Amino acid sequence: MNLSGIRTAGASGTFLPDLFLGPVMTDTDLLRTPLGDLMEALGGKMVPFAGYAMPVQFATGIMAEHNWTRENCGLFDVSHMGQAFVIGPDHETSARALEALMPGNFIDLERGQQRYSLLLNADGGIIDDLMVTRAASAAEDGRLMLVVNAGFKAKDFAYIEQNLPANVRLEQAPTRALIAVQGPKTAAVMAPLCADAGDMVFMQARTTQIGGIDCHISRSGYTGEDGWEISVAGDRAVELAELLLANDLVKPVGLGARDSLRLEAGLCLSGHDFDASRTPVEASLSWAVPKVRRARADFPGAQKILAQLAEGTAQKRVGIQPLGRAPAREGTHVHVDGEHVGVITSGGFGPTRGGPVAMGYVRTDLAVPGTALELIVRGKAHPAQVVKLPFVTQNYYRG
Amino acid sequence: MSTLYFTKEHEWLSVEGDAATVGISAYAAEQLGDVVFVELPEVGKTVAKGDDIAVVESVKSASEIYAPVAGEITAVNDALEDAPETVNDDAQGKGWFFKMTVKDRTELSDLMDEAAYGEFIKE
Repeated sequence: MNLSGIRTAGASGTFLPDLFLGPVMTDTDLLRTPLGDLMEALGGKMVPFAGYAMPVQFATGIMAEHNWTRENCGLFDVSHMGQAFVIGPDHETSARALEALMPGNFIDLERGQQRYSLLLNADGGIIDDLMVTRAASAAEDGRLMLVVNAGFKAKDFAYIEQNLPANVRLEQAPTRALIAVQGPKTAAVMAPLCADAGDMVFMQARTTQIGGIDCHISRSGYTGEDGWEISVAGDRAVELAELLLANDLVKPVGLGARDSLRLEAGLCLSGHDFDASRTPVEASLSWAVPKVRRARADFPGAQKILAQLAEGTAQKRVGIQPLGRAPAREGTHVHVDGEHVGVITSGGFGPTRGGPVAMGYVRTDLAVPGTALELIVRGKAHPAQVVKLPFVTQNYYRG
Repeated sequence: MSTLYFTKEHEWLSVEGDAATVGISAYAAEQLGDVVFVELPEVGKTVAKGDDIAVVESVKSASEIYAPVAGEITAVNDALEDAPETVNDDAQGKGWFFKMTVKDRTELSDLMDEAAYGEFIKE
């Protein structure tokens, strides 16, 4: 066997380029997050990811970390993601500047409210997905915080910067760290450290202190579980992580489990489950294009996207449940009666489901739960069916 | 009396006469992490040394298993279908993959014994 994991995630770009190379031997070109050394000291198996040395897993392995997060509280270093602030003279000016690039309704965003949105190109293709948060205090009106994917941050920020009006600027926050704490016990972990946290509901954000350390926290994440993402100055990140990890309910979790958790939760991985060639309608993310923006039709690619909303698209993203035990990885062809009808864009083993899970694109007439599909794995057709996403119940705290 | 051999591709073979039982090494199983699926060859299949004949999948990746020597597949470990985690629990015992004939015993001379393999994985 080849321990370098030749078929990890398919040919079109690998989420985890090389699971089995062991420790990163030559890390001269790789960046380290403020938590990199701590993660490695905790037993993290460091692998190159988006230019950073990141922990793919810890000693107990992906399956145990995944299950721990579903049952307790997993701590993830996601400091490689891109954090930035859009700063303008007032909320409406900053919100409008972003609305010129994304289909979200930011003008109506309340203070301390977070939204998931999509950075679109002129053809309505999805450059990346991101979180946009309005600052919680009135004094900070005009400030919107962005969190974008690690692999696209340079491109995203350049595109945003080029397209901002003269009175709005982008301020990147490369020295800030980002820690995600996720899982049903996270509220119990946060309660003694941060009096404010418990009042928050899903997709709310505020500036606060955790154990006396200044943080910006949002009640959100990318695992399908309740939890928070904590933005903190890089030089306080280790102290904060150690404070959280001091609770026995909290264990460090690597990128491997982060991927299986988000896949079971039906959440897209940018660059895989969509890219600039797919629109929000094809990607089944039409909910990220709210009514008020459809009515104004003033986001990039609006004409095309509105036409697709009315008339449909050739393909759509769906959940795909392999019916046997063989996982179907990214790049797997999807057939119906021997005819090529689509492709898997994320696929693997779902520990909570106890079997393989996948999502991908199929011809729109087949994008109906229950439709029988064949997945071509190593030349053989394996039965599968279209299923509703997510694969597991999302346990967000909505108050 | 059986003799244990290892390949550079992390398979083990327990050879007795011209029959071999084949699996992946405990080291390989540990590196892979949680095994979630094993695809086994068909009994009766004739293979050349180096052919892809089985696949082992962990949560994140799929890896090929190559035929360590030429021969014919005589049995497969069906128990792995329902309990792939056996590969992690007992890689060099109950986690065996298949049994095969050894067509040409001279091919065994290219393989490592346990001590040499132990050195090999340290490198």
